[in-house]
Amino acid sequence: MTSFPDMIRRDALKLAAGLGLSFSLPAMDSRAANSRGAERPKSLILLWMAGGPSQLETWDPHPGTKIGGDTQAIATSQRGLQISSLYPRMAEQMRHLNVIRSLVSEEGDHERGTYLLKTGYRPDVKLTHPSMGAVLAHELPTSKLEIPDHISLGSSPAPGRGGYLGDQFDAFKVYDPGRSLPNLRARVRDERQQRRLAALDVLSQTFASRRPQVSSRTLHQHTTKQALTMMQSEQLSAFSIEDEPEAVRDAYGDSQFGRGCLVARRLVEQGVRAIEVNLDGFDSHANNHEIHESRASELDPAFAALVNDLVERDLLDSTLVLCIGEFGRTPKINPLAGRDHWPTGFSCVLGGGGLGSGVVIGATDPTGKKKDPTDPVSVADLFATVFQTLGLDPAEEFLTPIGRPMAISSGTPLERLQKA
Amino acid sequence: MNRFRLPILPLLVLTGVIVAVSWAARSSVSRAIPTNLPREMSLGNAIAEVDRKFDEEWSKFDLEPSALADDLTVFRRLSLALHGTIPSLEEIRRFESDDKPDRLTRWTLNRLRDRRFADYFAERLARSFVGTEDGQFVLYRRDRFVNWLSQRLRENEPYNEIVKRLIATDGLWTGDPATNFLTAAFSNDEFDEEKLASRTVRAFLGQSMDCAQCHDHPFDKWTQPQFQGLASFYGHTQLQFDGVRDFGFVDGEPLEYMIEDRETLEQKTISPAVPFGEEWLPAKGSRRDRLAAWITHAENRRFERAIVNRVWGLLFGRPLVQPVDDMPDPSDEPDLLDILGRDFREHNYDLRRLILTITSSKPFRLASTHSETEARRFWTHEEHSAVFPVTRLRPEQVIGSMLQAASVKTIDQQSNLLVRTVRFFREQDFVRDFGDAEGDELAERAGTVSQTLLRMNGNLPHELTKATPLSSVGRIAHSAGTNEECLDVLFLVCLTRRPTEAERTAMLAQLEGQYGNNRARAVEDLAWALLNCEEFSWNH
Repeated sequence: MTSFPDMIRRDALKLAAGLGLSFSLPAMDSRAANSRGAERPKSLILLWMAGGPSQLETWDPHPGTKIGGDTQAIATSQRGLQISSLYPRMAEQMRHLNVIRSLVSEEGDHERGTYLLKTGYRPDVKLTHPSMGAVLAHELPTSKLEIPDHISLGSSPAPGRGGYLGDQFDAFKVYDPGRSLPNLRARVRDERQQRRLAALDVLSQTFASRRPQVSSRTLHQHTTKQALTMMQSEQLSAFSIEDEPEAVRDAYGDSQFGRGCLVARRLVEQGVRAIEVNLDGFDSHANNHEIHESRASELDPAFAALVNDLVERDLLDSTLVLCIGEFGRTPKINPLAGRDHWPTGFSCVLGGGGLGSGVVIGATDPTGKKKDPTDPVSVADLFATVFQTLGLDPAEEFLTPIGRPMAISSGTPLERLQKA
Repeated sequence: MNRFRLPILPLLVLTGVIVAVSWAARSSVSRAIPTNLPREMSLGNAIAEVDRKFDEEWSKFDLEPSALADDLTVFRRLSLALHGTIPSLEEIRRFESDDKPDRLTRWTLNRLRDRRFADYFAERLARSFVGTEDGQFVLYRRDRFVNWLSQRLRENEPYNEIVKRLIATDGLWTGDPATNFLTAAFSNDEFDEEKLASRTVRAFLGQSMDCAQCHDHPFDKWTQPQFQGLASFYGHTQLQFDGVRDFGFVDGEPLEYMIEDRETLEQKTISPAVPFGEEWLPAKGSRRDRLAAWITHAENRRFERAIVNRVWGLLFGRPLVQPVDDMPDPSDEPDLLDILGRDFREHNYDLRRLILTITSSKPFRLASTHSETEARRFWTHEEHSAVFPVTRLRPEQVIGSMLQAASVKTIDQQSNLLVRTVRFFREQDFVRDFGDAEGDELAERAGTVSQTLLRMNGNLPHELTKATPLSSVGRIAHSAGTNEECLDVLFLVCLTRRPTEAERTAMLAQLEGQYGNNRARAVEDLAWALLNCEEFSWNH
């Protein structure tokens, strides 16, 4: 495993300088971290709840009803809003956020639901849509960044993909955030690394000089340069939480997800555009309550610490945080004390990035008899809201490789969530 | 990223037996290089016809084709396309010492008769038939399915027969592995007829009907009722204790394919029907037998065009018509797909012959370099196959090539068990980390930073470029040869070519005055650069 201080090797800068044109480095520039509040370029943090979290055990409890199970409700810092008692720390933060309790989709299968909730489009055999983060990275490139601007933290069954925008917009995957970074340290000492790169330079020139047009398309030299830049970038320290005070680390919780949320905050400070932090294990077909208790023990402290941190550092206005999974779970509790897949009337929490706060949209039937929630919100509308908030026009179209124009989002932004 | 280091030894022991048994069952292949092509393989007319078609097209668009690529470059392409790896030094030496005529075509036949071709192509075809998903555990055995396809390719079974079996075979997914094509679409206790219909037309006819699945196709003339009519051919397919069977009756009642009408929400019966070519549909037989006969009918041009396009794509890294599963309707004027398709059909749907024809024709033998400097003109050349396209290698091809480059000897079914098992595990791991192309494997893709980092600093490339007594790097470093010879061999092993003058000058300087372990380190560094350069991970 690579340790962080070791990875940032100043000598490497000299090394690259000696290489000549091909693998020379871009000049370092000022960081997004220097600006705050509304002037800051906006970022997205997606907290991905893989498996499909139960709305009833999270943001839409119905205590004392047949469908409510063992979950109690607690009041929050947002007047009139109650959430599951499994989330006491989030209760303190809810006044900064909004809740949608009436998301509706037609995809009740993990794979298809994940695709829809990650891209805003239903699966289509003819093309792969880009994920939310990939669209942002594509539309809002950050020139000052030496690390990827679309990053997935923690193990995820489906990290965001570039889709038809190209693999270069795939999320850069860090499986164990705050602990290790894969493949970022050269295997040999600087002197040998220099010899290696010199040889690579000669080989690249042979190939490229014979095929100038092709070489620009392969992006090989480009990605090699990016990789070398990243390997020696001081910005890599954003992935490390070693220099965070112990109290801060404790607040996020000693879990992979907690470390991921802390790293996400550091990446935002560095100016990274889109980050997803993954929390797996919500597929509670049996023992639903125990499973959600265990998930909440990781999600509650990490999410709350993240929001609190963003507020304290004046970063929330420029950082949209969205917590969501591929669908919700059935009001009915099955014989195994589990809940099954439920794509109508599930919940998400979102806030920051310039959105207003304290809004609750939609309601589900406490008896569980009515399938459809009141005031339903489509996944596409949620996407349009996120894109508009981050400064994109959802109606703008990409021309896909198959020649079909495709809007950034097919939905309509929810005006109610915008700042009054 | 130390993940594969830990499991490899215990897993070696655990699975060694299984691997040993399955590999022991494999037949050995002849390594002899044919001195003549078999008479029935005479390709003269087919190749000439293909070449003529391209000559016409190039002169029509005023294009100047590239010069011919040198034989070693073509040899590398062939190995990558047919075996998924670059050629070994051993093979390169034998190839270079073959001075009889038609060297490339004879060696292509040799590649095709090699077990590695059957295994590699079976995996490629399996992707087009059933995708990469795992299906329902127990009822779907992908490994058996791929092995079955590999067996068909080894026996050179006509392609139309393979397809008929995929659609119409009855039996158990274990004993009759072709039925995995069907069981792969079994979920929630029933066959997904729509998924099967969709896969059938995509894989075998190069047509996408998935839009018609939920509404009328927005671009083409395919409609929802036509799609439902096709799905109905799978409406009698049932899973019983003895496997997959077609049943016309259940409990004495006729079995109908029913769907819910979206407007009225009523159940309605859909009878089997085909969207075109009704005259090719036999009146008698089980529903799947009839569908198989219709799909593979000699007049169904889409059938032969689809496989020709796909094979072209697997050989060039890019199909003639993109995407492979949504091709436009054939036109009245026969095009290249029709020319190759007819020859394929007239020669008993012989896949090996099709591959030999395509790889012997002019476009496959052209260089990927071209003197045209103007970008737009250059792309026009590429679009019309007047220059060989540069495409990214699949993850398995990159890993196969890295492993092969690390060994002087050919890694194939005759290598010892240890080498192969290590290879198996390394491949799985690397492919996962490198990112699999999944279903859309013939789509154009560029590389990512993660992949570059993995190639530069990952554990596997590091291990493979170490100068150990058994590795090619070690052998080259410690052999008594001159630096010049050392460089030549290193280039042949990694890039299937010798260095250019510029490369020679630059790299000899790195080797000069280095002895013993220092020389080994210098060779390791050169090998690292060779595995990391663009040329290594792109087909050209």
